[in-house]
Amino acid sequence: MKQSRWDALVARQPALFALVLLVSCIVINLILQPNMLARDTLNSNMRVFLPIILMAVGQAIVILGGGIDISVGAVVSIVNTVLATRVGLDGSPEEMWRYVFISLLIGLLAGAINGFFIAYLRLQPIITTYATSFLYAGMALFILPNPGGGIPQEVAALYRNSTPLNLPLAFYVIAAVLLIWLYLSSTRYGNFLYAVGGKAEAAYETAVPVNWVRFSTYLISGLMAAFSGIAITMLSGSGNADIGGPMTLNSITAVVIGGNAFSGGVGGVAGPLMGAITLGIIQNIISFANIDTWWETLVKATIIVMALAAPGIVNLFRRGRP
Amino acid sequence: MKRISVSPPVAALILAVVLFLLSGLLPNGFGSDMNVARAQATNIMRLAVFLGVIAAGQTLIIISGSEGIDLSAASVVTLTAILTYIFVDGMDTRVLLALLIALAVGALVGFMNGVGITFLKISPFVMTLGMSGVVTGAIIVITHGSVTGKVAPIMTRLIARPLSPGLQIPNAIIIWILFGVLMWLLLERTAFGRNLFAIGVNRITAKLSGVNVTSMNLLTYSLAGALAGFGGFLLVGNTGVVHLQLGQPFLFPSIAAVAVGGTLLAGGKGSYWGTMAGAIVLTLITSLLTTMQMPESVRRMVLGGTLLILISIYGRQRALRQ
Repeated sequence: MKQSRWDALVARQPALFALVLLVSCIVINLILQPNMLARDTLNSNMRVFLPIILMAVGQAIVILGGGIDISVGAVVSIVNTVLATRVGLDGSPEEMWRYVFISLLIGLLAGAINGFFIAYLRLQPIITTYATSFLYAGMALFILPNPGGGIPQEVAALYRNSTPLNLPLAFYVIAAVLLIWLYLSSTRYGNFLYAVGGKAEAAYETAVPVNWVRFSTYLISGLMAAFSGIAITMLSGSGNADIGGPMTLNSITAVVIGGNAFSGGVGGVAGPLMGAITLGIIQNIISFANIDTWWETLVKATIIVMALAAPGIVNLFRRGRP
Repeated sequence: MKRISVSPPVAALILAVVLFLLSGLLPNGFGSDMNVARAQATNIMRLAVFLGVIAAGQTLIIISGSEGIDLSAASVVTLTAILTYIFVDGMDTRVLLALLIALAVGALVGFMNGVGITFLKISPFVMTLGMSGVVTGAIIVITHGSVTGKVAPIMTRLIARPLSPGLQIPNAIIIWILFGVLMWLLLERTAFGRNLFAIGVNRITAKLSGVNVTSMNLLTYSLAGALAGFGGFLLVGNTGVVHLQLGQPFLFPSIAAVAVGGTLLAGGKGSYWGTMAGAIVLTLITSLLTTMQMPESVRRMVLGGTLLILISIYGRQRALRQ
């Protein structure tokens, strides 16, 4: 009786697992680092988490629509190298904002290419975006073969040190993203998105513009990847063509922790958002645990695989029950 | 009008010959010197062997369907090459045991992939990508950044040198041909092969016809891991040195080689002959770009573009309107 109520709760609130995980990670982190919630510490953490949060939101929407986007990391790399080479350390803020706008267009274009191949040429999402990720990563490396370049100091400081009302800038960005998502999911588009991710054939038969919805999810993930690239460039202040690559798997892991079904149609954006923060906090905990440097990669990778496995393990136990 | 149809392996082979002849026309190509041309052809074949062996496991996994793919192959190659290098340490007597270790370690990693994919329902792409991180972490723990060891003379003699001085064909190529015959037998003449194609076409019908899909999946991933391990063993025998990025350049080409060979990326259809031809084409493209002195960035873009074009030709899925 009690169990079934729990099951119903989990089914209605897929993000619950993510929330529980997030809170427990925050508690562990607080024990290791008591001043974690002080303004400056909080800000310095949140500004590091924000790029992956933005990317995870885009990834979540693609996965909701029944696809996946492997190229997001490469889009981050392109945006990063474009900003770092075209604006430069001694560029003016006006120029920076101009290239921020261009970066968003680049993200949209990259997403449009993915979307075109997947929605209109009907190619498999994974392999298509894997191919384009090579294409985009090659372009990033072409733009900036060796790490270098940069953006003006004052723009970077704006991202790093802004704390309006004593709250980190990232909180406002997250709030804005959540508000936009709340609005979007209440519109007809939101319904279409869940319909296409849930069962594309049925959606097609009920006159949902399946191809257009699929296409649009890649536009959104391209755009979010561009935002992510802008954020990480302002954070690091310099250019590196390999900066985005490792972020892709993290964004997918965040979505899985966030309770979204990998096959699409189930979940939301809040869960993946918390998943991304959780991943960042786990990173923190690892660095506080004083692990031998040689072991760090192994520990991080193992935690990611375990996080990916967690929903599957939960399901395995639930299925085992009569 | 009768439509002329060429099977993909033959098309790939024709493409390879055309590309090779084109490479002769380059300013620093072989021109009309037949001896140089033969030496170059042998060399390309020899390089293709390693890609071909690494792509063998990839072929099996991709044929098994359900978005099967192995992104951990490259790190398994690196790991087994390093283990072989450390373990053999210049002694002929240890070579056989080292080969067994390479196969076993590869199979173990593949088995873990299989467990995650089969029981925990993690998408193969994500699971193997996560696993690749774990294996890379293990490599760092094992080596602490530097490797000491040595390949045994017998390995160099058996892999890198020709059988007899007059033959002019390195043994690696002969090993590859034998390997190709074995792969053909495995795919076309055994129950395993039959079941593999069956689960690739449709898992549900395969299950209803009495195929044990779960154990087939575990077996396929383990076998693919073992084949990657064999690839690592061969690779270190040829190069005689190891480094932490040894396998990485083979990953993307191994998937592209399978696609070039006409194996459906959706599964259920394909051959190892095709992959062999694909490996030769991919090696030719890479070496062509190297001869033309193209930077790494252009190479990546060309590889990504090649795969994108290929899947546009072979990989289109059924339209919703039918």
